[in-house]
This record gives sequence, structure tokens and C-alpha cells, in this order.
Amino acid sequence: MRISTSIYLEICWLGFLLVFGLPFQLNAQLPDSLQISGDSVGAFLNMDATYNRPFLSSEKMPVAVGGYLEANSLYSSEDGVSEGLSFQARRLTLFMSASISNRIKFLSEIEFEDGTKEIAIEFAALDVSFHPLLNFRGGILMNPIGAFNQNHDGPKWEFVERPDVAVSMLPATWSNAGFGLYGKTYSGSWIVGYEAYLTNGFDNTIINNIENKTFLPATKQSESRFEENNSGRAMTNAKIAIKNRNLGEIGFSYMGGAYNKFENEGLKIDDKRGVHVFALDLNTTIKRSDTYITGEMVYAWIQVPSTYTQQFGNHQRGIFIDVVQPVVKQKILGWKDARFNVAARFDFVDWNSGSFSETDLDIGDELWAITPAVSFRPSSQTVFRLNYRYQWQVDLLNNPAAKTASWLFGFSSYF
Amino acid sequence: MKIICQVTLMLAIGLLAACQKTLPFAPEEEDLLDGPVNGLNLEEKAQFLRGDAAFNEVFTIERGLGPIFVANQCASCHPGDGKGSPFVSFIRFGQADTLGNLFLDQGGPQLQHKAIPGFEVEQFPAGAPSAILFAPAVTGLGFLDAVSDEDILQSADPNDQDGDGISGRPHWNQIPDYVDPRDHSLSINGRYITRFGKKAGAYDLLHQTSSAYNQDMGVTSSFESIDPYSGLKLDPEVNIQTINDVVFYLKTLKAPIARNQNDSEVIRGREIFGELGCIKCHLPQLKTGLSPIAAISDKTFYPYTDLLLHDMGPGLDDGYTEGFALSSEWRTPPLWGLGLSTDSQGGNYFLLHDGRARSIEEAIILHGGEAADSRGEFTRLSPSEKKQLIRFLEAL
Repeated sequence: MRISTSIYLEICWLGFLLVFGLPFQLNAQLPDSLQISGDSVGAFLNMDATYNRPFLSSEKMPVAVGGYLEANSLYSSEDGVSEGLSFQARRLTLFMSASISNRIKFLSEIEFEDGTKEIAIEFAALDVSFHPLLNFRGGILMNPIGAFNQNHDGPKWEFVERPDVAVSMLPATWSNAGFGLYGKTYSGSWIVGYEAYLTNGFDNTIINNIENKTFLPATKQSESRFEENNSGRAMTNAKIAIKNRNLGEIGFSYMGGAYNKFENEGLKIDDKRGVHVFALDLNTTIKRSDTYITGEMVYAWIQVPSTYTQQFGNHQRGIFIDVVQPVVKQKILGWKDARFNVAARFDFVDWNSGSFSETDLDIGDELWAITPAVSFRPSSQTVFRLNYRYQWQVDLLNNPAAKTASWLFGFSSYF
Repeated sequence: MKIICQVTLMLAIGLLAACQKTLPFAPEEEDLLDGPVNGLNLEEKAQFLRGDAAFNEVFTIERGLGPIFVANQCASCHPGDGKGSPFVSFIRFGQADTLGNLFLDQGGPQLQHKAIPGFEVEQFPAGAPSAILFAPAVTGLGFLDAVSDEDILQSADPNDQDGDGISGRPHWNQIPDYVDPRDHSLSINGRYITRFGKKAGAYDLLHQTSSAYNQDMGVTSSFESIDPYSGLKLDPEVNIQTINDVVFYLKTLKAPIARNQNDSEVIRGREIFGELGCIKCHLPQLKTGLSPIAAISDKTFYPYTDLLLHDMGPGLDDGYTEGFALSSEWRTPPLWGLGLSTDSQGGNYFLLHDGRARSIEEAIILHGGEAADSRGEFTRLSPSEKKQLIRFLEAL
């Protein structure tokens, strides 16, 4: 496969982002490379979630390990038909990190989903710090699109299910081989961070899959995606996040590039088609009530051949919003920092925005869901969750919605 | 704080206790088109479920879709086993008269107007006669399949000997080699009575299903092995067992259940339907012959069709002939399930062979030819009588 000169344009784009970030280096400090978790800036953004985890380490060992486990029961019914009660071992995730030398560190995350149905290296990257604003990262990266993709650990959330926009529109957890730069700086209450990576991208399965919709997560099934970039063009990933310690954090992110194989053995075999995803994420805590609010809004534009079926949409959008309200914070049954929370989530995904060319009637293919929840945290690293989820999903034609309700009870805990 | 904790716990326990009531109710059976006919044995139910899965299978490129196609699964054209919509309408072309299709070497008889990435769609040949068609609902087809040829002929009056202006005739048509005629089927000069499709061009559900895999999805089988794109014979992309399962599924889908039958307006509407003479073609009652599937064997059912071709006049004459069904001739569509059409057409009506009628009333008004007298009677009904007739049709 030939690589076009556009790779150099993409590298220039990375350079531009770097230059763009430099003016923010006001009071930046060097990170303490010996400390695996966190950094010396002392304020976390969503982009820090990879390292902002509990690890078990020994002073004599340069390696730290950790992980989390989550399991749940599920009872659901769609339009009055239930498959009964199931117990699900959703995820066993193992982290391992190491300080290799001064300002060089390594972290990996290996996940077993649904037993051994899906085993994935979600993250395995080498980080080299030259300056707080200039860190190199290479290996298998979690693409910085939205916030959930990088900040997805089960124990951090009050809900058993992951947000629909994150897993059914975006492909969380979405990792790819690639490299790039990231950095962070702060001034007073303000913190600014950026990430810019070039990675492998999507493939043709996003418009050729058994979900019968444009479905970005379909690419995750490709066994070769860590060794070969299907389109031969790097996917650009860029994110900038701004946080005010009193107000909260907002992030703007983009990933995109060609997704289909349009050249083979030097011959053009198809038109080049691209996918472009834009995300806005935010999180804040209302200090007076200690109410935590987080959410993500995503818009995707996918080039689909006009002669292909309209089943596969070229515009998608989705959103989720979580509101978490602690109601009890006290010592309970010997756990001194135990918490009871009530929470609610709103999900919306539209896999095919627009209207039919034949009739100008709205295309459906949408999902709405609300999930009230209660959770109990005996400690910050362990959560027991009881969720009730009610979902409406309409088909392409907007025929009467399929209604699904689910009761989920489970736990998720770091170890 | 203790109180809050206790209230939260009690709330959670209460919600758990009310678990069943928090789950969505099943729609009434009569409001659904899908589901098996009553009386299947365990083995038949298993095959029904396999057929259901195959009917809903999404064909990807690797699975054999295309390269040119109309839809990528059976359920795209028949969502919820109901009628199709404009987004999956299809075009038959190439035959102007009963002498045959002159455009078979140019892609006839069906236009595959979609293509997988990297391929061009089929181009419509200039000057070809054509008709736009919408897929029908597929419920109750097993009952229609099991009607004997003799019973179909009983309703026929090709020369209008009774002088009522209705001259329905069966479609005596050629059938492909892979189709085995039913026991006791009738034949004239090697042609059989075909009954499925808008022009009754397909003999049975195997014929209909194999053609649909091939012409609608570009999927080859042992029955229809020619790829519509290349014109070459290809290895089967769907196996015989899968097609047999789909055929069995279609045979054992339940017949639509009529609703609101005790409603006085529906009762009066039924009477008006008879008074207008609609029942001469939309025959309310048929019966099946003997079938190896006990659930549909020797049963009386209410499809509102005679399975015959009728001349519907110049307004519905698209200029396209299929087999020996003339361009103005259309098979009487069953009216059962008519009121549930909107549940598969996105809340809208797209009626008649090409969806041109956006309401039941408009569909009636567009009737011509042999139905012209009935249409005339309809136009002379009072608004309340029209409403009663529509209520009856919606209740089917």
C-alpha cells in the first residue's frame, strides 16, 4: 500500500496544535515522573483518567498494578417479552504501569469483557515527558473523543450500562495504534490541556454490518486494526479541554479521516470516503448541593455513497447527561466515608439524522432512554448500583417504538 | 440522614417489589402482524424461529449482498411483516405484452437501483415499460398458498358471463424448473395458476422467496443461481435449508386478526362493503385444502381477496406486463391487516401497487376498470357512510 504525502500535512497539523498550546504554558511545572498516578499540576482533567486510578505499588518495585471488576444481574423485557434473569460478568480489567526512568512511564490496560468473549488491549502506551506541555505518547492509545472513552472505568459511574452515545454511536472503549502529543498547563483556577494524535482509523464495516445502520463500533471487530490502517490514511485526533476549578470542565474533541480502502496495489478501487466526529463534553459540581453533572454530546458526519441504501445514514448525533446527587455521606456499617447517591441518566442516539429522499419524511432509527438509579459506595473505589432503565427505540421508518425496561443490580470495584 | 437512608432503601425495595409492573406491556395480539399461527408443534415452532431469524438477517457484502440490490434484508421491504414503504420500492421493467420481456439482456425484469460501495447502480434502459411496486404484507401467506386451484377457479369469470362487469381470471403462467407443482394442481399447456405478487406472477412461496433473494438482495441460491449484476452463475450465497426455513416462516405467519368487530360502525361498514359490490373481488372468505402443516390445513379464513387478476382501468395501467398479466391487470390484494398498514409504513398509508394512495379513501377513488361501478357507488355515499366503510376496512 502506498502512503500519500498527506501524512506530512497531518504531522503539520500536530505541530500547529503544539504551537497553539504553547501560549498557555504560564505556570507549568515538570511532572514528577516517579509518581505513576496523577501529575504535579495537581488538577485532573478527563484526559488524565488513564493514570488517575488506584494502583498497588511497592517502593522496591518500579511496577504498579491494579484493575477493576464489574458484574451485575439483569432482568429486562421488550414489549412484554422477557428472556428472564441473567447474571453478567461484564468486565475484568487489569492495569499495569511502570516508571521506566525519569519522565518515562508506561501503562497498559487489558480488558476481559463478558468472560473471555472479548479480550482487548485497551491501552498500552509509553509516555515520555519533555515538558508539561509537551509529552510524547505512543502505542495503543485511547482516542480522545468525548470524555467517556478515556474515563470509562466502571467504579467511577453510578450506572451499570455505559452511555448509549459512547458505546452504540461511538465505539467506547475505542483504542488504536498511533502516537502523538499531549500537554497541560494552568494559571490560577484555570487549567488547559490538549491531546493530538495520529492513529489508525475506521474501516468499511461502519457502513457494512449486521447492525444495519452506520455503526462506528463495527470497526472494533477487525482483527487487523492494530497492525494495518484500512484506509492507508492516518486518523486525526485532537482534543482541547478547559477547566475552572470552581466551574467545571469542558472539552472539545474531533477525530476523523478516511475510513475505506480506496487504493490497493497502487490502483484506485473506490472513492475516498471520510468520517468526521465532533464531541463536546462537560462536567461540573454544584457546590451548594454537591450535585455532580456530567455529559457528552456527539455529532458524526460519515460519507456514504449516494447509491447505497439509506439504511446507512450519513449524519448521526447523540447525547447523554448524568446527574448524581449524594444523599448520605457518613459512617455506615464501619465504612467511614460511605455514600448513598441518587442519580439519573438521559440517553439519546439518532443513528440516521435527516429525511428520506423519496418522501422527505423524517428518518427514524433513534433511541431514547432514562435511567433512574440509586448507588451505595462503601468507599470511593467500590460502588453497588441499582438501576431501572426505560428505553424507546424506533426503526428507520418511525414505526411504533419498541419499549424495553430493565432492572439492573450490580457492583463495580477497583482492586 | 438516617431517615433519608431508610427512605432510599425503602424506595429501592418498593421498586423491586413492583418490578413486573415497571416492565412494558405486550401489545394486544390483534394489533400485531407478526407471530406464528396457532397450533404449530414444537418442531414447527423451532423452524418458524429459524425462518424468523433468516427473514431478519442483514446481508453484508461479505455475506453476498449485491453488488446491485434493492434492499439488504427481507425485513427491510416487509418491516414487522407488514407493507413496504417508498424507501424500498422497486421497479419491474421490460415487458410490454404477453410475448415476453425484451429487456432481459439489459437487466430486466427488476431494476436494482442500489449498489454496494465501489459499484454503479443498474441503469434504467430507455424506452422500457415499467411499474413501480411496493412490497405487500407477508402475514397469512400460508393460508393463501394452501387454497386449491379449484377454489380459485370457482371465483373466476373471465368472460363476465354473469354480466356484473367483473371478469376476474387466474394468472396461468410459466413456472421455474425448481418449483414442484402442488398436488392436484391444474395445468394448461404447461402453465399453472400463479398467485403471489402484485400481478400474481409467483406460483408459491418458494418461487417468491428465491426470486426475492436474487432480485431484491442480489443473493444467489441453488434455485436462482444467476447473479443479477454479472449475469453469471455463481455459487449459492444462501443455502437451501435457509430458504426452506424462510418459506416455512412465511407459511406459518398468522393471519391478521380483525379488530373492533362488534363496533356498530364497523358492522354497518361491512354491510356497505357488500352493497357496493366490493366483495365480488375482495372475497371475504376462502378455505385451505389439505396441508402437511396441520395448523393451516382445511381451515376457513378471511383474506378479502379472490387471488384473481382484474382489469383496473387506464388509471392504474402502468404499461408493464408480467408473465401473462396485462398491464392494466392486478391481482386483488388481500385486505386483511389493512388497518395495521401504518404500523409498518411509518404512521402513513402508502396503498395500491405503487403506494400512490395516501389514504384508504384515495385508494378506493383510484379504482377503475372492473371496479369503476363500485367506485361510483362509493362516491355517492354520504360522509357518514363513507366513514363507516373506512372504519370497517381499518378494522380488518
